[in-house]
Amino acid sequence: MKLTREMLGGTPLKEDDFAKGKTLFLDDKLRTAYNWDAGVAMGKFLAGLKQGKILGVRCRKCQRVVTPPRVFCEACFAPIDEWIELADSAVVDSFSICYVRWDASRIEKPEIPAILLIDGADRAGIMHMLGEIEPDKVKIGMKVKAVWKPEKERAGSILDIRYFRPVR
Amino acid sequence: MGMKRVAIVGAGITKFMRRGQETGRELSYHAASMALKSAGMTLDEVQCVAESTGPDAFDGVHMNGEYLSDGSGGWRKPYLRSYVGGGSGVFVVNHGWYQVASGLFDTCLVVASEKMSSCHPHPQGAFLNIFDNFIERPLGCNLLWIFALEMNRYMTVHNIPHEQIALVSVKNKKNALDNPAAQIPEKVTVKDVLNSEVLAWPVHRLDISPTTDGAAALVLASEDVAYKYTDKPVWIDGVGWCLDTAYWTNKDLYYPRYVEKAASMAYKMAGITDPRREIHVAEPYDPFDYKELHHMEGLLLCDKGEAPKLTEKGVTQRDGEMPTCPSGGLLGCGNPIAASGTMKVAEIFWQLRGEAGPRQVTRECRTGLAQAWGDLMQVGTVIVLRK
Repeated sequence: MKLTREMLGGTPLKEDDFAKGKTLFLDDKLRTAYNWDAGVAMGKFLAGLKQGKILGVRCRKCQRVVTPPRVFCEACFAPIDEWIELADSAVVDSFSICYVRWDASRIEKPEIPAILLIDGADRAGIMHMLGEIEPDKVKIGMKVKAVWKPEKERAGSILDIRYFRPVR
Repeated sequence: MGMKRVAIVGAGITKFMRRGQETGRELSYHAASMALKSAGMTLDEVQCVAESTGPDAFDGVHMNGEYLSDGSGGWRKPYLRSYVGGGSGVFVVNHGWYQVASGLFDTCLVVASEKMSSCHPHPQGAFLNIFDNFIERPLGCNLLWIFALEMNRYMTVHNIPHEQIALVSVKNKKNALDNPAAQIPEKVTVKDVLNSEVLAWPVHRLDISPTTDGAAALVLASEDVAYKYTDKPVWIDGVGWCLDTAYWTNKDLYYPRYVEKAASMAYKMAGITDPRREIHVAEPYDPFDYKELHHMEGLLLCDKGEAPKLTEKGVTQRDGEMPTCPSGGLLGCGNPIAASGTMKVAEIFWQLRGEAGPRQVTRECRTGLAQAWGDLMQVGTVIVLRK
Protein backbone atom coordinates (compact mmCIF):
# COMPACT_ATOMS: atom_id res chain seq x y z
CA MET A 1 0.00 0.00 0.00
CA LYS A 2 1.75 3.15 -1.17
CA LEU A 3 0.79 6.30 0.71
CA THR A 4 -0.73 9.08 -1.33
CA ARG A 5 -2.10 12.45 -0.24
CA GLU A 6 -5.58 11.40 -1.41
CA MET A 7 -5.62 8.58 1.15
CA LEU A 8 -4.94 10.90 4.06
CA GLY A 9 -7.59 12.67 6.10
CA GLY A 10 -6.79 16.17 7.35
CA THR A 11 -7.44 19.70 6.13
CA PRO A 12 -4.55 22.06 6.86
CA LEU A 13 -5.71 25.56 7.80
CA LYS A 14 -3.94 28.75 6.74
CA GLU A 15 -3.68 31.92 8.84
CA ASP A 16 -6.08 33.88 6.66
CA ASP A 17 -8.71 31.13 6.80
CA PHE A 18 -9.58 32.59 10.21
CA ALA A 19 -9.69 36.20 9.07
CA LYS A 20 -11.79 35.25 6.04
CA GLY A 21 -14.21 33.29 8.20
CA LYS A 22 -13.55 30.05 6.32
CA THR A 23 -13.42 28.09 9.54
CA LEU A 24 -15.18 28.43 12.86
CA PHE A 25 -13.66 28.26 16.30
CA LEU A 26 -14.33 29.02 19.96
CA ASP A 27 -12.01 30.84 22.35
CA ASP A 28 -12.11 30.09 26.07
CA LYS A 29 -9.94 29.76 29.16
CA LEU A 30 -9.84 27.09 31.84
CA ARG A 31 -10.11 28.58 35.30
CA THR A 32 -8.39 26.51 37.94
CA ALA A 33 -6.26 27.47 40.94
CA TYR A 34 -4.09 25.37 43.19
CA ASN A 35 -2.61 25.57 46.65
CA TRP A 36 0.21 23.05 46.72
CA ASP A 37 1.59 21.65 49.97
CA ALA A 38 5.37 21.80 50.02
CA GLY A 39 5.48 18.44 51.74
CA VAL A 40 7.89 17.25 54.41
CA ALA A 41 11.18 17.18 52.49
CA MET A 42 10.64 20.18 50.22
CA GLY A 43 9.23 22.14 53.16
CA LYS A 44 12.44 21.66 55.11
CA PHE A 45 14.54 22.49 52.02
CA LEU A 46 12.66 25.76 51.50
CA ALA A 47 12.96 26.61 55.22
CA GLY A 48 16.71 26.05 54.80
CA LEU A 49 16.84 28.48 51.89
CA LYS A 50 15.20 31.11 54.09
CA GLN A 51 18.17 30.70 56.46
CA GLY A 52 20.65 30.93 53.59
CA LYS A 53 21.42 27.20 53.53
CA ILE A 54 21.20 24.56 50.82
CA LEU A 55 20.18 21.29 52.44
CA GLY A 56 20.64 17.75 51.24
CA VAL A 57 19.89 14.29 52.59
CA ARG A 58 21.89 11.09 52.91
CA CYS A 59 20.46 7.60 52.37
CA ARG A 60 21.79 5.44 55.19
CA LYS A 61 21.58 2.40 52.96
CA CYS A 62 23.46 3.48 49.80
CA GLN A 63 25.21 6.47 51.45
CA ARG A 64 24.33 8.71 48.51
CA VAL A 65 23.94 12.41 49.38
CA VAL A 66 21.33 14.12 47.21
CA THR A 67 19.44 17.35 46.77
CA PRO A 68 16.63 18.37 46.34
CA PRO A 69 15.84 16.46 49.55
CA ARG A 70 13.36 13.60 49.70
CA VAL A 71 12.07 11.42 52.53
CA PHE A 72 12.87 8.18 50.72
CA CYS A 73 15.65 6.94 48.46
CA GLU A 74 14.18 6.09 45.06
CA ALA A 75 16.93 3.51 44.42
CA CYS A 76 16.88 1.70 47.80
CA PHE A 77 13.22 2.51 48.50
CA ALA A 78 14.26 3.07 52.09
CA PRO A 79 13.34 5.99 54.35
CA ILE A 80 15.74 8.93 54.57
CA ASP A 81 16.09 10.90 57.80
CA GLU A 82 19.67 12.17 57.78
CA TRP A 83 19.88 15.86 56.84
CA ILE A 84 23.10 17.56 55.77
CA GLU A 85 23.92 21.21 55.15
CA LEU A 86 25.61 21.39 51.77
CA ALA A 87 27.81 24.21 50.50
CA ASP A 88 26.22 27.11 48.63
CA SER A 89 28.69 26.57 45.82
CA ALA A 90 28.37 24.31 42.79
CA VAL A 91 29.87 23.09 39.53
CA VAL A 92 28.12 23.89 36.23
CA ASP A 93 27.05 20.51 34.78
CA SER A 94 25.36 22.06 31.75
CA PHE A 95 23.90 25.41 30.71
CA SER A 96 21.94 27.13 27.98
CA ILE A 97 21.81 30.67 26.68
CA CYS A 98 18.16 31.32 26.12
CA TYR A 99 16.65 34.05 23.92
CA VAL A 100 12.97 33.08 24.10
CA ARG A 101 10.19 32.93 26.66
CA TRP A 102 7.87 29.97 26.98
CA ASP A 103 5.34 31.56 24.62
CA ALA A 104 8.04 31.89 21.93
CA SER A 105 8.30 35.67 22.38
CA ARG A 106 11.89 36.95 22.14
CA ILE A 107 14.02 38.45 24.95
CA GLU A 108 16.87 40.90 24.39
CA LYS A 109 19.17 40.01 27.29
CA PRO A 110 19.55 36.23 27.24
CA GLU A 111 18.94 34.15 30.34
CA ILE A 112 21.42 31.45 31.39
CA PRO A 113 19.68 28.47 33.02
CA ALA A 114 22.06 25.79 34.28
CA ILE A 115 22.21 22.46 36.04
CA LEU A 116 24.35 23.05 39.12
CA LEU A 117 25.95 20.14 40.98
CA ILE A 118 25.89 21.30 44.57
CA ASP A 119 29.20 20.89 46.44
CA GLY A 120 28.90 18.23 49.13
CA ALA A 121 26.30 16.16 47.25
CA ASP A 122 27.05 13.09 45.14
CA ARG A 123 26.56 14.38 41.61
CA ALA A 124 23.20 15.81 42.52
CA GLY A 125 22.17 19.10 41.04
CA ILE A 126 19.38 21.62 40.95
CA MET A 127 18.41 23.95 38.15
CA HIS A 128 19.04 27.67 38.64
CA MET A 129 20.18 30.73 36.76
CA LEU A 130 23.71 32.07 36.25
CA GLY A 131 24.48 35.78 36.66
CA GLU A 132 27.37 38.30 36.81
CA ILE A 133 28.88 36.65 33.75
CA GLU A 134 28.84 37.22 29.99
CA PRO A 135 27.09 34.32 28.22
CA ASP A 136 30.13 33.53 26.06
CA LYS A 137 32.30 33.11 29.16
CA VAL A 138 30.25 30.29 30.71
CA LYS A 139 31.86 26.85 30.62
CA ILE A 140 30.77 23.41 31.77
CA GLY A 141 32.85 22.51 34.83
CA MET A 142 32.98 26.12 36.04
CA LYS A 143 32.74 26.74 39.82
CA VAL A 144 29.92 29.02 40.92
CA LYS A 145 28.46 30.36 44.18
CA ALA A 146 24.97 31.33 45.24
CA VAL A 147 24.04 35.01 45.42
CA TRP A 148 21.38 35.28 48.15
CA LYS A 149 18.68 37.83 48.68
CA PRO A 150 19.12 39.84 51.90
CA GLU A 151 17.83 37.81 54.86
CA LYS A 152 14.74 39.93 55.46
CA GLU A 153 13.62 39.54 51.85
CA ARG A 154 13.88 35.74 51.87
CA ALA A 155 10.58 33.91 51.78
CA GLY A 156 11.45 30.22 51.81
CA SER A 157 11.54 30.04 48.03
CA ILE A 158 13.99 28.90 45.38
CA LEU A 159 14.09 32.60 44.45
CA ASP A 160 15.81 33.32 47.82
CA ILE A 161 18.86 32.56 45.69
CA ARG A 162 18.92 35.29 43.05
CA TYR A 163 21.34 33.35 40.84
CA PHE A 164 24.77 31.72 40.95
CA ARG A 165 27.88 33.73 40.01
CA PRO A 166 31.36 32.55 39.05
CA VAL A 167 33.80 31.93 41.92
CA ARG A 168 36.49 34.56 41.50
CA MET B 1 6.14 -17.65 28.29
CA GLY B 2 2.75 -18.85 27.12
CA MET B 3 2.10 -15.66 25.22
CA LYS B 4 0.53 -15.44 21.80
CA ARG B 5 2.51 -13.98 18.96
CA VAL B 6 1.00 -10.68 17.81
CA ALA B 7 1.13 -9.17 14.32
CA ILE B 8 0.45 -5.76 12.88
CA VAL B 9 -1.91 -6.31 9.95
CA GLY B 10 -2.89 -2.76 8.99
CA ALA B 11 -1.85 0.87 9.42
CA GLY B 12 -3.33 4.32 8.88
CA ILE B 13 -2.26 7.90 9.27
CA THR B 14 -3.59 11.41 8.65
CA LYS B 15 -1.90 14.38 7.12
CA PHE B 16 0.33 16.02 9.77
CA MET B 17 -0.49 19.76 9.97
CA ARG B 18 0.38 22.88 11.95
CA ARG B 19 -3.34 23.35 12.44
CA GLY B 20 -6.00 21.15 10.98
CA GLN B 21 -9.66 21.98 10.59
CA GLU B 22 -10.53 18.59 12.08
CA THR B 23 -11.01 17.93 15.79
CA GLY B 24 -8.99 15.26 17.57
CA ARG B 25 -11.96 12.93 17.32
CA GLU B 26 -12.20 13.49 13.56
CA LEU B 27 -8.46 12.95 13.10
CA SER B 28 -8.67 9.73 15.13
CA TYR B 29 -11.49 8.52 12.89
CA HIS B 30 -9.51 9.19 9.69
CA ALA B 31 -6.44 7.27 10.91
CA ALA B 32 -8.40 4.41 12.50
CA SER B 33 -10.67 3.87 9.51
CA MET B 34 -7.70 3.92 7.11
CA ALA B 35 -5.95 1.28 9.25
CA LEU B 36 -9.05 -0.93 9.33
CA LYS B 37 -9.54 -0.56 5.59
CA SER B 38 -5.92 -1.52 4.91
CA ALA B 39 -6.42 -4.68 6.99
CA GLY B 40 -9.75 -5.45 5.37
CA MET B 41 -11.30 -5.45 8.84
CA THR B 42 -14.58 -4.00 10.07
CA LEU B 43 -15.13 -2.44 13.48
CA ASP B 44 -17.26 -5.47 14.45
CA GLU B 45 -14.12 -7.60 14.30
CA VAL B 46 -12.19 -5.26 16.64
CA GLN B 47 -12.29 -6.81 20.11
CA CYS B 48 -10.60 -4.01 22.04
CA VAL B 49 -9.13 -0.54 21.51
CA ALA B 50 -5.84 0.89 22.84
CA GLU B 51 -5.77 4.66 22.58
CA SER B 52 -3.26 7.38 23.40
CA THR B 53 -3.27 11.15 23.39
CA GLY B 54 -1.08 13.71 25.15
CA PRO B 55 -1.74 15.85 28.19
CA ASP B 56 -5.39 16.87 28.59
CA ALA B 57 -4.07 20.42 28.89
CA PHE B 58 -3.32 20.53 25.12
CA ASP B 59 -7.01 20.18 24.34
CA GLY B 60 -8.43 21.74 27.48
CA VAL B 61 -10.64 18.65 27.65
CA HIS B 62 -10.62 16.64 30.87
CA MET B 63 -10.37 12.87 30.26
CA ASN B 64 -9.60 13.50 26.63
CA GLY B 65 -9.25 9.76 26.00
CA GLU B 66 -12.94 9.34 26.73
CA TYR B 67 -13.83 12.26 24.45
CA LEU B 68 -11.77 10.70 21.64
CA SER B 69 -13.09 7.17 22.12
CA ASP B 70 -15.83 7.26 19.48
CA GLY B 71 -13.45 8.50 16.80
CA SER B 72 -11.03 5.76 17.83
CA GLY B 73 -13.56 2.99 17.24
CA GLY B 74 -14.07 2.48 20.96
CA TRP B 75 -17.87 2.54 21.01
CA ARG B 76 -19.08 -0.05 23.54
CA LYS B 77 -15.77 -1.87 23.57
CA PRO B 78 -13.05 -2.60 26.13
CA TYR B 79 -11.23 0.70 25.65
CA LEU B 80 -8.25 2.11 27.52
CA ARG B 81 -6.09 5.17 27.04
CA SER B 82 -2.45 4.86 28.02
CA TYR B 83 -0.22 7.88 28.33
CA VAL B 84 3.48 8.17 29.11
CA GLY B 85 4.21 11.63 27.69
CA GLY B 86 6.19 11.73 24.46
CA GLY B 87 6.86 8.01 24.82
CA SER B 88 3.13 7.29 24.38
CA GLY B 89 3.07 6.61 20.65
CA VAL B 90 5.24 3.52 20.91
CA PHE B 91 3.96 2.58 24.35
CA VAL B 92 0.35 2.43 23.14
CA VAL B 93 1.39 -0.22 20.61
CA ASN B 94 3.07 -2.17 23.44
CA HIS B 95 -0.15 -1.73 25.39
CA GLY B 96 -2.16 -3.11 22.45
CA TRP B 97 0.37 -5.94 22.15
CA TYR B 98 -0.17 -7.20 25.68
CA GLN B 99 -3.93 -7.10 25.29
CA VAL B 100 -3.54 -9.64 22.47
CA ALA B 101 -0.39 -11.50 23.62
CA SER B 102 -2.16 -12.30 26.87
CA GLY B 103 -4.77 -14.28 24.97
CA LEU B 104 -7.55 -12.04 26.23
CA PHE B 105 -8.35 -10.64 22.76
CA ASP B 106 -7.61 -11.75 19.18
CA THR B 107 -7.67 -8.26 17.70
CA CYS B 108 -6.87 -4.76 18.92
CA LEU B 109 -7.20 -1.39 17.22
CA VAL B 110 -4.43 0.99 18.32
CA VAL B 111 -5.12 4.71 17.80
CA ALA B 112 -3.01 7.72 18.76
CA SER B 113 -3.98 11.30 18.05
CA GLU B 114 -2.89 14.77 19.01
CA LYS B 115 -4.47 18.17 18.53
CA MET B 116 -1.80 20.57 19.78
CA SER B 117 -2.97 23.70 18.02
CA SER B 118 -5.87 24.38 20.38
CA CYS B 119 -3.56 25.47 23.20
CA HIS B 120 -2.79 29.19 22.93
CA PRO B 121 -0.58 31.11 22.47
CA HIS B 122 1.67 28.05 22.35
CA PRO B 123 1.27 24.42 23.54
CA GLN B 124 4.42 25.00 25.62
CA GLY B 125 2.03 26.56 28.12
CA ALA B 126 0.77 23.03 28.81
CA PHE B 127 4.22 21.43 28.75
CA LEU B 128 5.53 23.83 31.39
CA ASN B 129 3.52 22.20 34.13
CA ILE B 130 5.86 19.21 34.00
CA PHE B 131 8.55 21.15 35.90
CA ASP B 132 8.73 20.99 39.70
CA ASN B 133 6.23 23.47 41.10
CA PHE B 134 8.45 24.61 44.00
CA ILE B 135 12.00 24.74 42.75
CA GLU B 136 11.78 24.96 38.97
CA ARG B 137 8.65 26.77 37.80
CA PRO B 138 9.41 29.92 39.84
CA LEU B 139 12.58 30.34 37.71
CA GLY B 140 10.36 31.13 34.71
CA CYS B 141 11.05 27.85 32.94
CA ASN B 142 10.95 27.32 29.27
CA LEU B 143 10.61 23.83 27.85
CA LEU B 144 13.54 24.44 25.50
CA TRP B 145 15.86 24.72 28.51
CA ILE B 146 15.80 21.04 29.30
CA PHE B 147 16.72 20.10 25.71
CA ALA B 148 19.39 22.78 25.48
CA LEU B 149 20.91 21.57 28.77
CA GLU B 150 20.92 17.97 27.58
CA MET B 151 22.25 18.81 24.11
CA ASN B 152 25.06 20.93 25.56
CA ARG B 153 26.01 18.16 27.99
CA TYR B 154 25.97 15.54 25.18
CA MET B 155 28.03 17.73 22.84
CA THR B 156 30.55 18.64 25.56
CA VAL B 157 31.11 15.12 26.93
CA HIS B 158 31.80 13.70 23.45
CA ASN B 159 33.19 16.89 21.87
CA ILE B 160 30.60 16.78 19.07
CA PRO B 161 30.46 19.64 16.57
CA HIS B 162 27.02 21.12 15.91
CA GLU B 163 27.61 20.47 12.18
CA GLN B 164 27.36 16.70 12.73
CA ILE B 165 24.16 17.09 14.72
CA ALA B 166 22.61 19.36 12.09
CA LEU B 167 23.05 16.57 9.53
CA VAL B 168 20.17 14.73 11.24
CA SER B 169 17.83 17.64 10.59
CA VAL B 170 19.03 17.84 6.98
CA LYS B 171 18.51 14.09 6.45
CA ASN B 172 15.10 13.82 8.08
CA LYS B 173 13.61 16.90 6.42
CA LYS B 174 14.89 15.55 3.09
CA ASN B 175 13.41 12.08 3.75
CA ALA B 176 10.09 13.76 4.47
CA LEU B 177 9.96 15.08 0.89
CA ASP B 178 8.80 11.56 -0.06
CA ASN B 179 6.15 11.38 2.66
CA PRO B 180 2.74 12.75 1.67
CA ALA B 181 1.78 12.99 5.36
CA ALA B 182 4.72 15.26 6.22
CA GLN B 183 4.22 18.78 7.59
CA ILE B 184 7.61 20.38 6.89
CA PRO B 185 9.49 18.46 4.22
CA GLU B 186 12.34 20.72 3.14
CA LYS B 187 15.69 20.78 1.44
CA VAL B 188 17.96 22.43 3.98
CA THR B 189 21.73 22.45 4.40
CA VAL B 190 23.89 22.19 7.51
CA LYS B 191 24.58 25.89 7.01
CA ASP B 192 20.84 26.65 7.05
CA VAL B 193 20.48 24.83 10.37
CA LEU B 194 23.48 26.59 11.94
CA ASN B 195 22.35 29.97 10.61
CA SER B 196 18.78 29.57 11.79
CA GLU B 197 17.80 31.63 14.81
CA VAL B 198 19.34 30.66 18.15
CA LEU B 199 16.41 30.04 20.50
CA ALA B 200 18.15 28.46 23.49
CA TRP B 201 21.80 27.89 22.64
CA PRO B 202 22.95 25.37 21.54
CA VAL B 203 19.44 24.80 20.14
CA HIS B 204 18.65 26.64 16.90
CA ARG B 205 15.24 26.81 15.29
CA LEU B 206 15.98 24.15 12.66
CA ASP B 207 17.23 21.71 15.32
CA ILE B 208 13.60 21.37 16.51
CA SER B 209 10.48 19.61 15.24
CA PRO B 210 7.30 21.72 15.02
CA THR B 211 3.99 21.38 16.87
CA THR B 212 1.45 19.36 14.95
CA ASP B 213 -2.12 18.10 14.66
CA GLY B 214 -2.36 14.51 13.44
CA ALA B 215 -3.23 10.90 14.14
CA ALA B 216 -1.94 7.40 13.40
CA ALA B 217 -3.42 3.94 13.91
CA LEU B 218 -2.53 0.25 13.67
CA VAL B 219 -4.50 -3.00 13.63
CA LEU B 220 -3.09 -5.85 15.73
CA ALA B 221 -4.08 -9.50 15.41
CA SER B 222 -3.04 -12.68 17.21
CA GLU B 223 -1.19 -15.44 15.37
CA ASP B 224 -4.47 -17.37 15.32
CA VAL B 225 -6.24 -14.85 13.08
CA ALA B 226 -3.50 -12.67 11.51
CA TYR B 227 -3.46 -14.50 8.15
CA LYS B 228 -7.18 -13.94 7.81
CA TYR B 229 -6.36 -10.27 7.26
CA THR B 230 -3.05 -10.29 5.44
CA ASP B 231 -0.51 -12.61 3.91
CA LYS B 232 2.24 -10.23 5.03
CA PRO B 233 1.89 -9.88 8.81
CA VAL B 234 4.61 -7.94 10.61
CA TRP B 235 5.28 -9.52 13.99
CA ILE B 236 5.82 -7.65 17.24
CA ASP B 237 8.70 -9.71 18.61
CA GLY B 238 9.95 -7.42 21.35
CA VAL B 239 8.54 -4.65 23.54
CA GLY B 240 10.26 -2.64 26.25
CA TRP B 241 9.70 0.41 28.36
CA CYS B 242 11.37 2.06 31.31
CA LEU B 243 10.82 5.16 33.43
CA ASP B 244 13.71 7.01 35.06
CA THR B 245 13.56 9.38 38.05
CA ALA B 246 11.76 12.72 37.98
CA TYR B 247 14.86 14.19 39.74
CA TRP B 248 16.24 14.94 36.29
CA THR B 249 18.93 17.31 37.56
CA ASN B 250 20.47 14.45 39.55
CA LYS B 251 21.59 12.41 36.56
CA ASP B 252 24.14 12.86 33.81
CA LEU B 253 22.08 13.83 30.79
CA TYR B 254 24.78 12.87 28.28
CA TYR B 255 23.37 9.32 28.02
CA PRO B 256 19.76 8.01 28.18
CA ARG B 257 20.10 4.96 30.41
CA TYR B 258 16.33 4.50 30.53
CA VAL B 259 16.32 4.02 26.73
CA GLU B 260 19.04 1.39 27.08
CA LYS B 261 16.99 -0.44 29.69
CA ALA B 262 13.86 -0.34 27.53
CA ALA B 263 15.80 -1.51 24.46
CA SER B 264 17.47 -4.33 26.41
CA MET B 265 14.06 -5.57 27.52
CA ALA B 266 12.80 -5.57 23.92
CA TYR B 267 15.97 -7.17 22.51
CA LYS B 268 15.89 -9.95 25.10
CA MET B 269 12.29 -10.75 24.23
CA ALA B 270 13.11 -10.74 20.50
CA GLY B 271 16.23 -12.88 21.01
CA ILE B 272 18.45 -10.10 19.68
CA THR B 273 22.00 -10.22 21.01
CA ASP B 274 23.74 -7.95 18.49
CA PRO B 275 21.38 -5.08 17.66
CA ARG B 276 23.93 -3.38 15.38
CA ARG B 277 23.69 -6.31 12.97
CA GLU B 278 20.21 -7.55 13.72
CA ILE B 279 18.29 -4.25 13.45
CA HIS B 280 18.08 -3.33 9.77
CA VAL B 281 16.02 -0.14 9.87
CA ALA B 282 15.18 2.12 12.81
CA GLU B 283 12.94 5.00 13.73
CA PRO B 284 14.58 6.52 16.82
CA TYR B 285 12.66 9.44 18.36
CA ASP B 286 13.81 12.75 16.90
CA PRO B 287 11.92 15.73 18.37
CA PHE B 288 15.33 17.47 18.22
CA ASP B 289 18.16 16.49 15.86
CA TYR B 290 20.60 15.60 18.66
CA LYS B 291 17.92 13.33 20.17
CA GLU B 292 18.08 10.89 17.22
CA LEU B 293 21.81 10.46 17.91
CA HIS B 294 21.36 10.26 21.69
CA HIS B 295 18.71 7.59 21.16
CA MET B 296 20.76 5.56 18.65
CA GLU B 297 23.37 5.28 21.39
CA GLY B 298 20.82 4.40 24.08
CA LEU B 299 19.37 1.77 21.72
CA LEU B 300 22.87 0.23 21.54
CA LEU B 301 22.93 0.71 17.75
CA CYS B 302 26.42 2.21 18.14
CA ASP B 303 28.96 3.19 20.79
CA LYS B 304 28.43 6.20 23.04
CA GLY B 305 29.40 9.32 21.11
CA GLU B 306 29.62 7.43 17.80
CA ALA B 307 26.20 8.27 16.32
CA PRO B 308 27.25 11.70 14.96
CA LYS B 309 30.18 10.13 13.10
CA LEU B 310 27.98 7.40 11.59
CA THR B 311 25.58 10.09 10.46
CA GLU B 312 28.42 12.03 8.84
CA LYS B 313 29.52 8.87 7.00
CA GLY B 314 26.02 8.43 5.57
CA VAL B 315 25.35 5.17 7.42
CA THR B 316 21.91 6.40 8.51
CA GLN B 317 20.75 7.56 5.07
CA ARG B 318 18.04 5.54 3.31
CA ASP B 319 20.71 3.86 1.20
CA GLY B 320 23.03 3.33 4.18
CA GLU B 321 23.70 0.27 6.30
CA MET B 322 21.59 1.47 9.26
CA PRO B 323 18.87 3.74 7.86
CA THR B 324 17.22 5.88 10.54
CA CYS B 325 13.97 7.82 10.26
CA PRO B 326 13.25 6.96 6.61
CA SER B 327 9.76 8.41 7.23
CA GLY B 328 11.23 11.87 7.65
CA GLY B 329 10.93 11.56 11.43
CA LEU B 330 9.44 14.26 13.56
CA LEU B 331 11.86 16.83 12.17
CA GLY B 332 10.33 16.36 8.73
CA CYS B 333 6.85 14.97 9.35
CA GLY B 334 5.98 17.02 12.43
CA ASN B 335 5.52 16.06 16.06
CA PRO B 336 1.92 15.37 17.14
CA ILE B 337 3.16 14.04 20.50
CA ALA B 338 1.34 10.72 21.03
CA ALA B 339 0.75 10.14 17.30
CA SER B 340 4.45 10.66 16.50
CA GLY B 341 5.60 7.35 17.94
CA THR B 342 2.73 5.42 16.36
CA MET B 343 3.62 7.00 12.99
CA LYS B 344 7.14 5.59 13.50
CA VAL B 345 5.80 2.08 14.14
CA ALA B 346 3.61 2.41 11.03
CA GLU B 347 6.65 3.42 8.96
CA ILE B 348 8.62 0.34 10.11
CA PHE B 349 5.53 -1.77 9.28
CA TRP B 350 5.51 -0.34 5.72
CA GLN B 351 9.28 -0.67 5.38
CA LEU B 352 9.29 -4.35 6.40
CA ARG B 353 6.45 -5.09 3.98
CA GLY B 354 8.32 -3.31 1.19
CA GLU B 355 5.44 -0.86 0.84
CA ALA B 356 7.23 2.39 1.62
CA GLY B 357 7.41 3.39 -2.06
CA PRO B 358 9.86 6.26 -2.58
CA ARG B 359 10.80 6.05 1.12
CA GLN B 360 11.80 2.38 0.91
CA VAL B 361 15.30 1.81 2.27
CA THR B 362 17.83 0.25 -0.09
CA ARG B 363 19.11 -2.53 2.11
CA GLU B 364 17.12 -5.68 2.65
CA CYS B 365 15.30 -5.43 5.97
CA ARG B 366 13.71 -8.19 7.97
CA THR B 367 13.87 -6.61 11.44
CA GLY B 368 13.12 -3.04 12.42
CA LEU B 369 12.74 -0.93 15.51
CA ALA B 370 10.79 2.13 16.62
CA GLN B 371 11.41 4.11 19.78
CA ALA B 372 9.84 7.04 21.55
CA TRP B 373 10.94 9.21 24.44
CA GLY B 374 9.29 11.61 26.87
CA ASP B 375 8.85 13.49 30.14
CA LEU B 376 11.69 15.05 32.15
CA MET B 377 14.30 13.02 30.23
CA GLN B 378 12.61 9.99 31.74
CA VAL B 379 10.78 7.52 29.58
CA GLY B 380 11.98 5.16 26.86
CA THR B 381 9.55 2.99 24.88
CA VAL B 382 10.78 0.49 22.30
CA ILE B 383 9.24 -1.99 19.88
CA VAL B 384 11.00 -4.56 17.66
CA LEU B 385 9.19 -5.74 14.53
CA ARG B 386 9.97 -8.65 12.19
CA LYS B 387 8.48 -9.80 8.92
